Amino acid sequence: MNPTDTPAPLSSLNPGAKAIVREVRIPVQHRARILEMGLLVGTPIEIVRFAPLGDPIELKVRGYHLSLRRHEADQILVTPA
Amino acid sequence: MPTSPIQIVLTGNPNCGKTTLFNVLTGLRAKVGNYAGVTVERKEGALLGADPNHPVTVLDLPGTYSLSPQSLDEQIARDVLFHRLTEVAPPDLVVVVVDASNLQRNLYYATQVIELGHPTVLALNMVDVATENGLEIDQKGLSAALGIPVFPFVASQGEGVEHFRRALREFAARPGTKTVIPREFNELPETFGREAQALERQLETLFPNRQRLAAAEALLLLSDDQVLQSHQALYPASVVETVTSARHRLEQAGVDWRSAAIEARYARVFAITEHVTTQTVSDEESLSDRLDRILTHRIWGLAIFVGLMALMFQGIFTLAAIPMDLIEQGVEGLAARVGEALGPGDLQDLLSVGIIQGVGAVVVFLPQICLLFLFIALLEDTGYMSRAAFLMDRLMSRVGLHGKSFIPMLSSFACAIPGIMATRTIESRRDRLVTILVAPLMSCSARLPVYTVLIAACIPNTRYLGLIGLPGLTLLAMYLLGIVGALGMAWLFRRTLVKGEPPPLILELPPYKRPVLKVLVHHMWDRSKLFLRRAGTVILGINILLWFLSTYPKDPSIAEKAQETLAATARDKAPTGTFPPEATASEVLEQIRTLQDPKTSTAAPGDLTEFLKSWPGIETASAQEVSGAELRHSFAGRVGRAIEPLIRPLGFDWKIGIGLVASFAAREVFVSTMSVVYNVGGYDESEESTASLAETLRQQTRPDGSQIYTPLTGITLMVFYVFAMQCVSTVAIVRRETNSWRWPLFQIAYMTGLAWTLALVVFQVGRLLGFE
Repeated sequence: MNPTDTPAPLSSLNPGAKAIVREVRIPVQHRARILEMGLLVGTPIEIVRFAPLGDPIELKVRGYHLSLRRHEADQILVTPA
Repeated sequence: MPTSPIQIVLTGNPNCGKTTLFNVLTGLRAKVGNYAGVTVERKEGALLGADPNHPVTVLDLPGTYSLSPQSLDEQIARDVLFHRLTEVAPPDLVVVVVDASNLQRNLYYATQVIELGHPTVLALNMVDVATENGLEIDQKGLSAALGIPVFPFVASQGEGVEHFRRALREFAARPGTKTVIPREFNELPETFGREAQALERQLETLFPNRQRLAAAEALLLLSDDQVLQSHQALYPASVVETVTSARHRLEQAGVDWRSAAIEARYARVFAITEHVTTQTVSDEESLSDRLDRILTHRIWGLAIFVGLMALMFQGIFTLAAIPMDLIEQGVEGLAARVGEALGPGDLQDLLSVGIIQGVGAVVVFLPQICLLFLFIALLEDTGYMSRAAFLMDRLMSRVGLHGKSFIPMLSSFACAIPGIMATRTIESRRDRLVTILVAPLMSCSARLPVYTVLIAACIPNTRYLGLIGLPGLTLLAMYLLGIVGALGMAWLFRRTLVKGEPPPLILELPPYKRPVLKVLVHHMWDRSKLFLRRAGTVILGINILLWFLSTYPKDPSIAEKAQETLAATARDKAPTGTFPPEATASEVLEQIRTLQDPKTSTAAPGDLTEFLKSWPGIETASAQEVSGAELRHSFAGRVGRAIEPLIRPLGFDWKIGIGLVASFAAREVFVSTMSVVYNVGGYDESEESTASLAETLRQQTRPDGSQIYTPLTGITLMVFYVFAMQCVSTVAIVRRETNSWRWPLFQIAYMTGLAWTLALVVFQVGRLLGFE
C-alpha cells in the first residue's frame, strides 16, 4: 500500500476503477456474510457500474459479480490498486 | 430384494447449476413439496437408470453460500447436512456442485461441506464457461488438493452426466465404504485452533453419534455469532460456557473470532485455486458482460425492464383472460347441466353452486398462476431476475423493501395469489413477510368489475379537455390509491411490526444463461400443482361454506310472498280489469303465463299487449324476485343487516352490506350479488348487463327519497374495496405461505380496519364539503 493512499469508501470510486479492500466496517451482525462472499481485507475488486437509479453498486470480486447498496459500500474502505 | 434407497444430497452455491444437474440426474420427475413446517421447496427424485435392487434418491438442497445460514433456505440446507431434520434420512453421499467459472467463492462452501466428513464428491459444473473465460482447471490437482473425487460437467448440455451416473450407480451397489476422515481447510491462528480443538473434544463426548461432525461444528459454534442464540435447545449450558469463555480469551489475544475462520478458509481456497488453475487468455469481455451493458444501462436497461414488465402484466391481465373466460363458461355450463339433470332441490344447488362453482373458483386462477410462474421461471433461469432486483432495489428500499419485492407486487395487480406465491424468491424472511402483507392492496383484476359497475352507476361521465373523462380518472385514482396504500403500509410495517434495520442487499449477478423450455414448463407446473393442492382445498371449502350461508335458512313462505308482490305489481301496471279482483296471486301469474305463451295466447287489446311486452317474462321475474328475497332472508342477508350499524357511518345500507359479506368469496361476487339483491338477475359481465345493473343502482333511494348511489357513495365504496381484505383465496394462500393463521388474520384485521377508517373519512369529509 502506498502510504499516500488513505483508504476511501468503496462507494466513492467511479465505474471501471480497480481497488483493494483495506477495511470492512460493516456492523457485526451482517459482516460475516459480506466476508463470506469473498470481500476480505486484501481482496482486489473492480467497480463495474452503478444501477440506473444510482443505487446499488455492481462489483467484480474474485471473478464474479456482486451487488451491494451504497449504505454498505460506504463502510468498506479501499485503496486504488 | 431391494434395499432401502441410498440418499444422495446435492448442495452448492446458488446459480451453480445444481438444479440443472438435478434435473438431468432425475429426468424431471422430481417430487416437489415443502419441508415440514416451512415454505422451503423440497425437491426429491429417483436417480434415472438406477438398479432397481439398489434404488437411489437424489435430494436437491436449496442453494446456499455458507453453513452459517442467513435465510430459511440456507438453514434447511445446513440442517439436512448436519442431520438435524428427522424427516430427512442422513446423506449417504454428498455431491457438492461447484461453478468452475467462479471457483473461489464456490470452493469456500465446498470445503465447509467436505469438512463435515460425509462421503463427498465434487461436481465441477460449467467447465465450458470457465474455458470460455480462458480458465483451465487441473482436475486431478483439484481432486488431490480436496481429497475427494472430481467430476467435470456441462450439466446444461448433459456432458459428463452419463459418466457421473455410472459412478453413482456403482456407489449405490456397494455401500459401506462410509468412514471418511474429514479434511480440514483452515489454517487457523494458533490460539483459535487450540480453542476449536478443545470445543471439538467436548462435543465428541457430549454427542457421540455426531462425532464425525464435531470438528466442523466446533468451528461454526466459535465463529458464527447467531448459531448459539438460535439453537439454544440443541446445546447444553456447558457448551455455551466454553464458547463464551473461548471467545473472550480470543478477543484478549487480539484474534477476531468472527472473521478468523473465514479469512483462514479463503486463504487456503485461494492457494488451492492458484495451484490448480491457469488463466490462458486475458479477461476479454464475456457475452454476459456485454448483455449487461445494455440490460442494466441507465436508459435502455430501464426501458427494457419496463417493457418486460408491461408484457408480463398484459400477459396475466389479458392473455390469461381467454382461458379464464373459457373455464368460467365451462363451469357455468356444467353447473347448468347438473342442475337440469337433477332438477331443483338442495342437493342440486349444493352440487352446481357450492361444489362445481367452488372448484371453478379454484381452477379459474390457474391460467394467471401458470403464466406468471412461467414468466418468473424464465426470469430466474436466464439470470434476469437478479438484474430486475438490481434495477428496482433503489425504489423498493425507500419503503424498506427489497428489489425482489417488485415482481410480486406488480403481479398482484393481476391477482394477489400468484403475487404472494412469487414472494418465495425473496430470501429475507422479513422482507418476504412485509411483501405478503401489503401485496393484496394492489388493485387486482377482481376489483375491476366492482369499480366498473360503481363508476357506471355513480360517476357522471364528464369530460375534461374533450379527452380525459371523469370515469377513467376515477379508475386511475383507485389504482394509484392501492399503490400508495401498499407502499405506505410497507413503510409503516418496516418501522413497527418487523422492526430492525433491513438486512443489507447482497445480490449476486450470475452470468446469463439460455433457458430450456422443457425445464421452464416443468417448473411452472410444479408450482401450479402446489397451488391446486394446498390452497385449492381451502378455497373450495370456504366457497361451500359461503354457499351455505347465502342459501340457508330457507323459508317456504318466501316464494309465496314473492308471488304476491309480483302479482300486486302486475295488477298495478296492467290495464284495469285485466285480472278479476277475486283472483289469487298464483291465478294472476298463471293468467299472465297463458297470455305470454304464444301457443295459448289469444289476441289481446293494444294496451294489454303493451303491458305484456314490458313485463320481462313471468318465469324470470318470479325467479329474480324469489332469489332476491331468499338472499335477504339467508344468513348472509342477516349478517348484512347485522353489520348495518357498522357501515351506516360510511353511507352504506344493509343491501350493500350483503354485497360486502358476499365479496369474501371473491370481490367480483359483489356485482353478481348486487344484481340478485336488486332483483336484476342474470348478471353475465356483458356491457348491457353492467349498464342495466348500473341503471338499477342509480334508481335506488333511501326511505327519505334521496338517492343511495351518489358519486360520494360510489367513491366511498370503491375506497373500501381498494383496502379491504375480501378474498378468501388470498387468506388461504397467506396461511400457506406464512405457515400460521396469525398473519392472515392480522392481514384481514388491518386491511379491513384501514378500509373502514378511510371510507369513513372519505364519506364524512365529503359530506362536510357539501356532497350528498
